Amino acid sequence: MVPFNIACGACPFCQQELFGNCHESNSEATAVGGIFGYSHTAGGYDGGQAEYVRVPYADVGPTIIPEGMDLDDAVMLTDVTPTGYQAAEMGGIQKGDTVVVFGAGPVGIMAARCAWFFGAGRVIIIDHLDYRLEFAKSYAYCEAYNFKDMEDPVVFLKRTTGWLGADVCIDAVGCEAAGNVVQSLVGRKLPLTGGSATALHWAINSVKKGGIVSIVGVYGPLDALVPIGNVVNKGITIRANQASVKRLMPKLIDHVMAGRLNPKGLISHRIPLEEVAEGYHIFSAKRDNCIKPVLIPPSASAA
Amino acid sequence: MENKIEPATTIESTMDREIANQYKNIPGWGMDADPLNNPTYPIKHYNGADHERLNYQKPEQQPVTVEVLQSIERPGLSRVFGTSTPPQGLSGVIRRFAFRYSESTYAHWVPLVMADRIGVVEGIIDDLKHGIVPNIFAEKGWKAEWKYNRKGLIKNVATGVVVAAALALLLKNINKRSAKAF
Repeated sequence: MVPFNIACGACPFCQQELFGNCHESNSEATAVGGIFGYSHTAGGYDGGQAEYVRVPYADVGPTIIPEGMDLDDAVMLTDVTPTGYQAAEMGGIQKGDTVVVFGAGPVGIMAARCAWFFGAGRVIIIDHLDYRLEFAKSYAYCEAYNFKDMEDPVVFLKRTTGWLGADVCIDAVGCEAAGNVVQSLVGRKLPLTGGSATALHWAINSVKKGGIVSIVGVYGPLDALVPIGNVVNKGITIRANQASVKRLMPKLIDHVMAGRLNPKGLISHRIPLEEVAEGYHIFSAKRDNCIKPVLIPPSASAA
Repeated sequence: MENKIEPATTIESTMDREIANQYKNIPGWGMDADPLNNPTYPIKHYNGADHERLNYQKPEQQPVTVEVLQSIERPGLSRVFGTSTPPQGLSGVIRRFAFRYSESTYAHWVPLVMADRIGVVEGIIDDLKHGIVPNIFAEKGWKAEWKYNRKGLIKNVATGVVVAAALALLLKNINKRSAKAF
């Protein structure tokens, strides 16, 4: 299993298990580590959606697939599952906490599922696609609400948490967020900012004073429109990172092998590598009730 | 730009550590330090390595076989790097310009965002140069749109055609009028 991020194992960041923030895998930016297929800014590496891939530091990052593990679970352990898990972990969830996850994509759904490992009392997921909310409800045992049915999602969340605010909010959306015209214009259409920060805006305003906001949604390096004054005045702790896949691997293998976690259950589409363009379109345009597609290279069809 | 290779073992931390060690005689220094006051736990397993700065045994250096753009916020190249997209063409010129500025400037990121978009056009020109007519419909995965959202696709294409026709008509009229003016 090859993590999506490239880690040397020697720099101070890797030494302290920040494997998503390696200092020896990306010359082009100090603001992001090396990531397979993630643009020039993340090191200019070819991606892993291929038959073969060059893996730098292959003696550091990868983990041998445990005997008996389903290959579909294995592929999901290299990106989506640790990202979702770390989103919940960074929430610093205390037993009984009400956790709100913005975004019912594969990572958000996984974050909602993993919140229970930390003893959440309520888990609420917010999105605008009913089919994903339906899926999330049964997969992650959570409450699911469509923000298009609400006048104001922040007021809705205040009301449903006894007017205090959520204990923990998780932004599992990032720069492609829908729901606010101005954010969409400056963050997605033009783009003048690091992305549409609608989900983060709602997270900051929905969490209680002294609460924690955890961000795994991806934003560009440019500034984004964030109500930072509310972060200060509410005393919010913001925790964010790219997932440290290698750090989380032992724990996640244990959850999967013990049958507590079912990453392969997120897979809705199996697409031949040759049809990758269609696969991307289906996922990004959310066609055919897509949750998570996996690409099957020709050489893997016999596996 | 010449790529600078970093030494394999130590990079002097300028005077950073020496300076940091000079203040321990200030009354009360460190009295209230609390190792539990660390919001990075358990994501980061703090062990003090940060204070060693870049002084660590580095992995083997990947040979430099292509031009590698390098952030001016680091002293040299990272030990490994991607070789998939070295700077070239007009987008490459813009990228080289951007890398004269730090990641803390718009002069860095705005040109890079622009270079990405120019790179798209350069890719299409490169295809044509190689005698390949790019199949945008296929590359955008619109076959899937035809399968799962046929009505929407037809509507979008029809809207596009109408808008394009209206624009063409408008331009034609403007041209006529400006021709008359002269």
